[in-house]
Parts: sequence; structure tokens; C-alpha cells
Amino acid sequence: MSPNDLSSYLIIGAILFSLGMFTVLTRRNAISVLMGVELILNSANINYVAFSHFSSGNSAGQIYAIFVIMLAAAEAAVGLAIVLAIFQLFHTIDVEAAQTLKE
Amino acid sequence: MDVSTAVFYLIALLTLVSAGMVAFSRNIIYSAFSLLGTFMGVAGIYVFLGADFVAAVQVLIYVGGILVLILFAVMLTHRITDVEITNRAAGRIPALLVIGVFVYFLIETVKQTPWAKAKEVVYVATTATIGDAFLYDYLLPFELASVVLLGAMIGAVVLSRKEIKE
Repeated sequence: MSPNDLSSYLIIGAILFSLGMFTVLTRRNAISVLMGVELILNSANINYVAFSHFSSGNSAGQIYAIFVIMLAAAEAAVGLAIVLAIFQLFHTIDVEAAQTLKE
Repeated sequence: MDVSTAVFYLIALLTLVSAGMVAFSRNIIYSAFSLLGTFMGVAGIYVFLGADFVAAVQVLIYVGGILVLILFAVMLTHRITDVEITNRAAGRIPALLVIGVFVYFLIETVKQTPWAKAKEVVYVATTATIGDAFLYDYLLPFELASVVLLGAMIGAVVLSRKEIKE
């Protein structure tokens, strides 16, 4: 583990991914599940930028990271709008409560 | 251990501890605020990787946009007067086992793979390079991204509006 070593960044990314995956798997609150997705996207971004810095030497990885951040913003906007719509309909955001496809 | 290594350890610790708070906290408000530490820590990691523009974008969009959006959603879907703002989790032990095995193999793979190395690791300002790339090599994805954002914006407006029933 040192700041000048690729594998330390990859390990940070791996742990962050597992924590995000754990959040997605165990949480019953839809907003918490979305937080887990954000952790997973951040870990993927760390890997992109780390490989861009240590392995490829060009900036393509950073550009992909920016696209991922852009898609994460779009995903958060639409995902939270869906959560709010579910809350208005069911008065709860427990992901197990929202089971029906129509009113 | 010099100063930059110590700062790197601090940033990594901040990132992982606050991500752990997001995963394990019983209160959803604590989870949402812990995301702040994670996002700022990841921005610090980008700085260590010489990606100044990506770090700035991370702070602007994640901390300034997505985090505020998540906090708004938490506030709108929970009554603040509730003392117990629960954040229920189910199946923790099996999930912990599966994730533990998973992260073990992931870290072993990271350690044993001979990753490709760049000839030299350079630290230069990247903003001009990224701007050029967006307007030449990545022009089509760049324009598509604007269409995707427009679609997401319209979709969010349509989904979250109150339906007026006749």
C-alpha cells in the first residue's frame, strides 16, 4: 500500500465496491439502495482513473470516468423521482412493499 | 513515511470508513451524510492520481448535485419529527459472508495479476487534453450525453409530478 502503487487504488476500489454491493443486497429502503449504487459507480471510477494514470498513460480513462459521473447524475435524478412516485402511491419506500405493477 | 503517504492513508481511511457508515448505519440520515465523506475522499484519491479535472467534477456533481438530491429525497419521504428514522436491513449475515469471500478473491486477483505499466507516470494539468478529446475523438458520445441528460430531466419531471385525476 503506497500512493505510487496501482494495486493500492485497486484494493480501495474493491472494498468500496463490496460495501456498495452489501448496501444494495441488504437494504430494504429504496433510497439506501440508490446510495449503494452510487458507491459502486464511484469504485468503478477509481479503477478507470487509476488505470488511466498507471497503465495506459493517456487520458481516456478520465474521460470515461466523466461519462460515468454524468450517467450517475441522470440515474440519481430518475431513480429518486421513481422513489418519490412510489412513496406517493404506497406511502412507504420499502422495496418489498411495492410489489404491484398497477394501482 | 512522508507527508503525502500519510495524507493518502487518511483519505483512504475517510473514504472506506464513511462508505462503511453508509452500508451499516441504522439511521438513514447518517447514511446520507456519510456519503459526503465518501465522495470527498474519492475526489482526494483522484487528486493523488493526477486527475485534477475529474476531482473537480466529482466535487461539483456528486457533492453539489447528487448528494443534495439524495438528502431531498430522504427529507421528502420521512417525517423529520419521527425520532426513529429506520433504515431496515435484511439478510445481513449471508450477505456479509458472500461479500467477504468476494472481496477476498478480488484482492487476491489484484495482488497476483501483473498489470500493464505505463512507460512513465506523469503529473500534468489534464483539463486542456480532456476538452480537446471531448470536441474531437469523443464528440458523438459527448453530444449523446446531452440528449441523455435532457431525457433524464424530462423523465424526472414527468415521474415526480402530481397526477390530477378528473
